[in-house]
Amino acid sequence: MTTTTNRPQRTPDEVRSRHAENLGHQVGAGIFDPKQLLKSFPDALRKFDPRHQLRNPVMFVVWVGSLLVTVFAVMDPSVFTIAVTLWLWFTVLFANLAEAVAEGRGKAQADSLRKTKKDAVARRLTEDGSEERVPGTDLRIGDLVVVEAGEVIPGDGDVVEGIATVDESAITGESAPVIRESGGDRSAVTGGTTVLSDRIVVKITTKPGETFVDRMIALVEGAERQKTPNEIALTILLSTLTIIFMLAVVALQPFAIYSGGEQSVVVLTALLVCLIPTTIGALLSAIGIAGMDRLVQRNVLATSGKAVEAAGDIDTLLLDKTGTITWGNRRATEFIAASGVDERRLAEVVRLSSLADGTPEGRSIIELCAEKYGLSAEASEHEKTGDFVPFTAQTRMSGIDLDGRQIRKGAASGFATSDEVRATVDKISADGGTPLVVAENDEVLGVIRLSDVVKPGMKERFAELRAMGIRTVMVTGDNPLTAKAIAGEAGVDDFLAEAKPEDKMALIRKEQEGGRLVAMTGDGTNDAPALAQSDVGVAMNTGTSAAKEAGNMVDLDSDPTKLIEIVEIGKQLLITRGALTTFSVANDLAKYFAILPAMFAAIYPALDKLNIMHLATPQSAILSAVIFNALIIVALIPLALKGVRYRPSSASALLRRNLLIYGLGGIVTPFAGIWLIDLLVRLIPGIG
Amino acid sequence: MSPLVAGLVQVGILIAALAVVYRPLGDYMARVFQSEKDSKVELAIYRFARIDPRAEQKWSTYAYGVLGFSFVGIVFLYVIQRVQSVLPFNFDRGNVPEGMSFNTAISFVTNTNWQSYVPEAVMGHTVQMIGLTVQNFVSAAVGLAVAIALVRGFVRSQTDRLGNFWVDLVRGAIRILLPLAFIAAIVLIITGVTMSLKSGVDVDGQVVANAPVACQEAIKELGTNGGGVLNANSAHPFENPNEWSNLIEIFLLLVIPVALTRTFGQLVGNKKQGYVLLGVMGVIWSAMLTVIWVAEANGLRPLEGKELRFGISGSALFANSTTGTSTGAINSLHDSFTGLGGGGTLLNMLFGEMTPGGVGTGLYSILVMAIIAMFLAGLMVGRTPEYLGKKLGRKEVTAAAVSILAMPTVLLIGAGIAAILPSTQGALNNPGEHGLSEILYAYASASNNNGSAFAGITVTNDWFQSSLGLCMLFGRFIPIIAVLALAGSLAAQKKVPVTAGTLPTTGPLFATLLTGAIVLVAALTFVPALALGPIAEALL
Repeated sequence: MTTTTNRPQRTPDEVRSRHAENLGHQVGAGIFDPKQLLKSFPDALRKFDPRHQLRNPVMFVVWVGSLLVTVFAVMDPSVFTIAVTLWLWFTVLFANLAEAVAEGRGKAQADSLRKTKKDAVARRLTEDGSEERVPGTDLRIGDLVVVEAGEVIPGDGDVVEGIATVDESAITGESAPVIRESGGDRSAVTGGTTVLSDRIVVKITTKPGETFVDRMIALVEGAERQKTPNEIALTILLSTLTIIFMLAVVALQPFAIYSGGEQSVVVLTALLVCLIPTTIGALLSAIGIAGMDRLVQRNVLATSGKAVEAAGDIDTLLLDKTGTITWGNRRATEFIAASGVDERRLAEVVRLSSLADGTPEGRSIIELCAEKYGLSAEASEHEKTGDFVPFTAQTRMSGIDLDGRQIRKGAASGFATSDEVRATVDKISADGGTPLVVAENDEVLGVIRLSDVVKPGMKERFAELRAMGIRTVMVTGDNPLTAKAIAGEAGVDDFLAEAKPEDKMALIRKEQEGGRLVAMTGDGTNDAPALAQSDVGVAMNTGTSAAKEAGNMVDLDSDPTKLIEIVEIGKQLLITRGALTTFSVANDLAKYFAILPAMFAAIYPALDKLNIMHLATPQSAILSAVIFNALIIVALIPLALKGVRYRPSSASALLRRNLLIYGLGGIVTPFAGIWLIDLLVRLIPGIG
Repeated sequence: MSPLVAGLVQVGILIAALAVVYRPLGDYMARVFQSEKDSKVELAIYRFARIDPRAEQKWSTYAYGVLGFSFVGIVFLYVIQRVQSVLPFNFDRGNVPEGMSFNTAISFVTNTNWQSYVPEAVMGHTVQMIGLTVQNFVSAAVGLAVAIALVRGFVRSQTDRLGNFWVDLVRGAIRILLPLAFIAAIVLIITGVTMSLKSGVDVDGQVVANAPVACQEAIKELGTNGGGVLNANSAHPFENPNEWSNLIEIFLLLVIPVALTRTFGQLVGNKKQGYVLLGVMGVIWSAMLTVIWVAEANGLRPLEGKELRFGISGSALFANSTTGTSTGAINSLHDSFTGLGGGGTLLNMLFGEMTPGGVGTGLYSILVMAIIAMFLAGLMVGRTPEYLGKKLGRKEVTAAAVSILAMPTVLLIGAGIAAILPSTQGALNNPGEHGLSEILYAYASASNNNGSAFAGITVTNDWFQSSLGLCMLFGRFIPIIAVLALAGSLAAQKKVPVTAGTLPTTGPLFATLLTGAIVLVAALTFVPALALGPIAEALL
């Protein structure tokens, strides 16, 4: 199992600010630009096709209703029937628009991806070792191709020979080049990326048309979008409501006839369209597309919407310790002087040893010297004259030669150490830390302890997750004692120490047997089985093809902490659906108060008491309700695309909040909305 | 004591009595369906019917059992009515007409007990006792069995077995309904309810019809049946002689549906889950009682259609309870209620009979509604919705939706056609909005298997006999099939563990949500129709 990733190292400040952003709670959202409405207009018109409408039962009913009313409006035109007919068609149009806008945002992304899909020419190796030039589209799985500096990698595959720097910005947006080499966990390359230096031989692992970029394009365009299980269940519920309202409206006509107040088809259709859950029906697919889109904006690709939904349900999060929860053994936390050596002197020597050391470890040593011993973090002019001795694989140490002093730090094996120092070194190793021995002119002065340090903000994040009902389990190769200490510091709920890939797999199985859903990240080939077994497996883009194939999401930034954001996006997706459904149904109350008195006050004047909005005339009341019903769709498009606000909190608190906003709000809003619209509508001659 | 105080005392006594038996009865019923042992009588029945009491059934087999048993019951009831003239104790009441036999057979098998006939003029003692009374027991036991099967769906995990319908049926009848009915009958006799095999009794030279009333009265209420032995039902002095018998009958019709929430809590291993359902039932029941009571007390002619010995409170309490359970017995004429009061009894039925509903049917109906409510709530907390540790996916929502759709569908289609049939005008006592209330009430009563009559509408023509018969049939068995399918898919699932992210279903938040869902679904579905009936009446 591999834990570290080779993503570009961020400075602690950068990372801290990222975390601070994340701790801002709200899952950030894409910005909605009203111009998109205009741009998506042609697409929206295309969606009037009945075959397209059939996919959405609620809107199909509106579509059929609009058609029906059109026939009646043509046969018996009046200002009222024409206005109602127009607004019913607008209702369908606005629903189409919502979907088109959501899709349009993906399309832009897909277009930029397509540009990377230049028709690359591949240099395929034949069996006798010679090269032949073939179009990239002719490549088959197992083909070996040569790629040299400046060339575009023609297809997805694994490096089987050589090492090279690769520019993956076309896919990840990250401009810093990454290293790809044969063997190990950094062997995967993606078609469409460019080799910047050296020469590699790539073994093709996917068929043309099914490459990563192809899949990405299909995903962001929503071409392969299938309804997710939860979306299907919700559609069934919405269809049920639609059937109930159809029954209620259809049965109303005989009751009206019995009561001596037969209603026109136009009025009945208007009532039906107002009652059925058009708001959520119109926005449902936009919400789903936007959910995927929010992931893409965070550089995460999900293979299916199902995986995004599952992310919202996660009960257990498996997080690798190193790289996710901690920085790795990169920070100096203690200087331990050998007996007879003054600690102050040790600190001064340690500082000198690391002045020219630009590695994160080196910088952390200087920081500790400054914090604990008050030593300057900057090299003086004099100190700059020293000769820096860089680290090499042979010597396994680095240091500085200054004024005849040879100062070195490095692995213990490179020094002649006393038993006492050796014991210190062993102890640090046993605790899961990394010991660096420091010597001046071959005299060992002491040991630097490099420890695992928990990233800032992790404790708060885990507390949030706990409030959401998610248990975090830290997975580490450390011994149980070390693991426990770090687990305690990081605030995770549980840990798996001395973990082997089998252990990770067993843990996932055990959790799943208890009915829990498990999410994890991974990048190595030996992570692949666990990634496949987990309910949400996020593969790092830097990982192997096997890992990417096994997981159901790929994080292009290769940032393991992103799992937490993914969970939040999954929840936000479901909450948006639930909130808008509640809002949609709650709206009906006001519509009854608007339309029923309008329909029947003529036969039972007492029913006019229900006209609490004091709408001007029956026609203006009905038309106002229809207009409100259509406009609310447009008004809610930004919300559907952004998703409703989500703050990690307990289920009860979330429900209370959303019921208040979308339930109570859903009851009140249309009263105000219909009343306002009526003030305008009543001015139309023939209606007011 | 003023009538108001007397009424409140009655309510107090009723609630106290229910509270006393709530735990023991609820726990006892839970044990009945969990027990591994069979009594000798039961074993004899199983041997006779060649049933292996330990053989567990899939949901579909369970459903076939329910449907088969009910079908045989309908055929049997139909036949004995049609050949009544050759049966003993028929008092020359002759064969029952075809339409009426059809309607009555369905009515009693579906636990509706809608009566399109005048019992003392049409049914002899034999049909009453071996036909109708037997169905009073077993139709209630069928409801109980289906409810228990649904609860097992929540309790069990990763199995396709829901228990054995025959065992649940036999136990429900023999261990629960029979002993309780026996005790209740004796208590009712003490209060003055009659018990006689004679056809009538001479009162001052006038022959007043009589029957073995007490034994049938007990199960009529206890099984939430409601079919009276005498036409005036519980308004008749032989069925319901005084305030005490009135209160006892109200107690009897509420007791099992109420205690079943305790049984439910016991079976799912968390009594609070049962209390919260009881709370929701109680809140709606109390609210509707208040509406009906206040409306009647302030009516133009408050005592019209009510028995003086029960008064307004005794009538309102009975009316609210008989429509809130699916009983349908009446001790006053709901047709004479005010627009609001009568509308209240109608609304009680339109809620779908779950406040607290019929024996078994009340529990499974409110659980179905809880599933719908939790589906929406689950979405709003950002998780795949779940209830009692079971995920609510496509299958569960579909089954719940079908179950909920059945009643409004048959009700609105039936009432819609009835409203425009020319023959209907002649069947109505009242024109206009009140006439529409009468039609709606009749179809609501049939579709919800309530069986109470608004009266004021003559339902003996072929259209009413057959359409109301079909409403009862579909209103009963479509939900039952859907509920059993739901139980099957729930039982097949793993149980999801409770975490901090799980929405608790034991607190006031869930209770509010469920109450809201029940009221909202009924209101949204029926407000247009009600606007032309009771609402128009009430606003006058």
